[in-house]
Amino acid sequence: MDLTCTDEEEEFRARLREWLTATLPALPPRPDPLDWPARRAYDCGWQRRLYDAGYADVHWDASPTQRLIYLEETELAGAPYVGANFVGLLHAGPTIAAEGTAGQRERWLPPILRGDHVWCQGFSEPDAGSDLASLRTRAVRDGDEYVVTGQKIWTSHAEVADWCELLVRTDPDAPSKHRGISWLAMPMDAPGITVRPLRTLAGSTEFAEVFLDEVRIPVGNRVGDENDGWRVTMVTLSFERGTAFVGEVVACRRLLGELARTARKNGTWDDPVLRRRLGRLAAEFRALWRLTQANVSEAQATGGVPGAGGSVFKLHYSHARQELYEAAATVLGPDALDLDRDWTLDRLSSLSYTIAAGTSQIQRNIVAERILGLPKGR
Amino acid sequence: MDFRLTEDQRDLRRGVRELLARRFDRDALRAAVDSPGLDRGLWRELGAAGFFSLRLPEEDGGVGLGLPEAVLVFEEVGRALLPGPLVATHVAAGVVPGAAEGAVVVTSASEGLVPWLDEADVVRGEAEGAVPVRSVDPLTPLHRVPGNGGRAHPFRPAEHLPTTVSTGILLTAAEQVGSAGRTTEMAVAYAREREQFGQVIGGFQAVKHLCAGMFVRAELARVAVRAAAVTGDGVEIAGAKLLADEAATANARDCLQVYGGMGFTWEADVHLHLKRAWVRARLGMTGARAEEVVAAGL
Repeated sequence: MDLTCTDEEEEFRARLREWLTATLPALPPRPDPLDWPARRAYDCGWQRRLYDAGYADVHWDASPTQRLIYLEETELAGAPYVGANFVGLLHAGPTIAAEGTAGQRERWLPPILRGDHVWCQGFSEPDAGSDLASLRTRAVRDGDEYVVTGQKIWTSHAEVADWCELLVRTDPDAPSKHRGISWLAMPMDAPGITVRPLRTLAGSTEFAEVFLDEVRIPVGNRVGDENDGWRVTMVTLSFERGTAFVGEVVACRRLLGELARTARKNGTWDDPVLRRRLGRLAAEFRALWRLTQANVSEAQATGGVPGAGGSVFKLHYSHARQELYEAAATVLGPDALDLDRDWTLDRLSSLSYTIAAGTSQIQRNIVAERILGLPKGR
Repeated sequence: MDFRLTEDQRDLRRGVRELLARRFDRDALRAAVDSPGLDRGLWRELGAAGFFSLRLPEEDGGVGLGLPEAVLVFEEVGRALLPGPLVATHVAAGVVPGAAEGAVVVTSASEGLVPWLDEADVVRGEAEGAVPVRSVDPLTPLHRVPGNGGRAHPFRPAEHLPTTVSTGILLTAAEQVGSAGRTTEMAVAYAREREQFGQVIGGFQAVKHLCAGMFVRAELARVAVRAAAVTGDGVEIAGAKLLADEAATANARDCLQVYGGMGFTWEADVHLHLKRAWVRARLGMTGARAEEVVAAGL
């Protein structure tokens, strides 16, 4: 039960802090959140700076503790988020690093790290959401190529992506739906791809539908064995649930501090019900930070791939974060209905947290089946 | 940073669990329910095993361990529903002569309540004029201090609490975590065994999701309590007590629900966990105060 960092880790933190202090003031102004090409340029510019400073591969190559320090410090300093590089750095990249051949790693990883290539995720389909393994996008082998036809949905950053990590069905006759799936890297400029933006309830178009009509993808773009894509995908998903939210816990603790300051200023702090509600949230986010440290300690000891502990975290975190915005609405009063306030847009975005990356219901199944050993079933 | 238990800490936990399984098994628990009273022989054995002197320096006859180790021990205490003013006596070790060895039983007044007043040799805090009440928990006799007695500090920021008080709050929270973990185990075991509609009820999502929720609550409270033991920070201790109280009471309620009709019986142990959790939630620091303390830290 040791929460202190080693000298080496503290040195890493100090160097990073120094670099952030020197670098952040020189960043260009943040782009309009609805201007995707501008956002891509901004996010990739930030990634390039990280690359030049030697921090680009912190998500895959550093120890879990160093990654935790990185996410903690960048958030505390108010540094930009991964943004458009989310899939490249936190999904596709780690998967290629773990499962790709030497040639594939050499081909795809450096451009992700330099901020040259943006990746998107082609997993969900209209009829394969929570039941992802029932996906139907078909890949038929034709010599050295797969010919892919189907439809993907909820694909973030599809409009500005260079590559897509794509799940396809390569064997429709496999004995179980989990077999017969393969993981492909699809270049987004290949003929036969149509991207149609989806407008979310927040009014933005960060998602898209992607239609695939006989898209030809070289067999060499397959990561892992043919029909072994489900296992490869599970590696990606456990990364998503294990470490993708670390910076956001730090962010929530900062937001709570801001909210308390606002409440003290506008008088709502005098309401004991509200004050206690904020106190409870502060206790929960502090505990979530400790849970993160526990999960990272576990990952560090067991070789880096986060396990079902990520589901425990995500279940409580997504709920607590939504509750944070509800409490914020009480503090802000009429301002909570003003779309020009950051809080309002964030409150709307937070509605996706109990759905994206596996719904809370799916997470509870994972906890019940994989941790508690309860039988599969409905 | 490595938040996992060390080898020694895992050994300590195993040792305590084995000791309690030997000396306070389910038969002993149910016998204690039928004829309440403090087992002085067991108390001295606990003293000899170092329960109370755990954090005293070795040169003073203690075990020389810290708050994190004490938290692990009290998680086991809560798990086994071990009765008696164990936290008060542990905190009094080194201050009240005989407490460390288990020769003297110490209780303390807290939030207007005094547990185990008639059985205790020493009472700390304001217990003047305390009157007995018929305790909801068959394993915790209670006295009420009239008026505002025992609530000397309606609200005080956590950093101003004396260390003995904040340590008592944390160890009570550790007992709650132990109980929350135990009721999760009980619910899961029952759900894997009980059959309805031709299958074990643990296969139904409605039941599974209750169990998953229990596990999440218990684990969140567990890391909160353990981290507070490492940092010793007053605000973190208050937050840990808040989450641990909620985990223990809500998990006992959900366990009762999974047990169905059996959960409503005297025979099942579920009610013993729930009632003790209710008592502990009133002791040391209540939820309302904990929320205020954490809010004040914002």
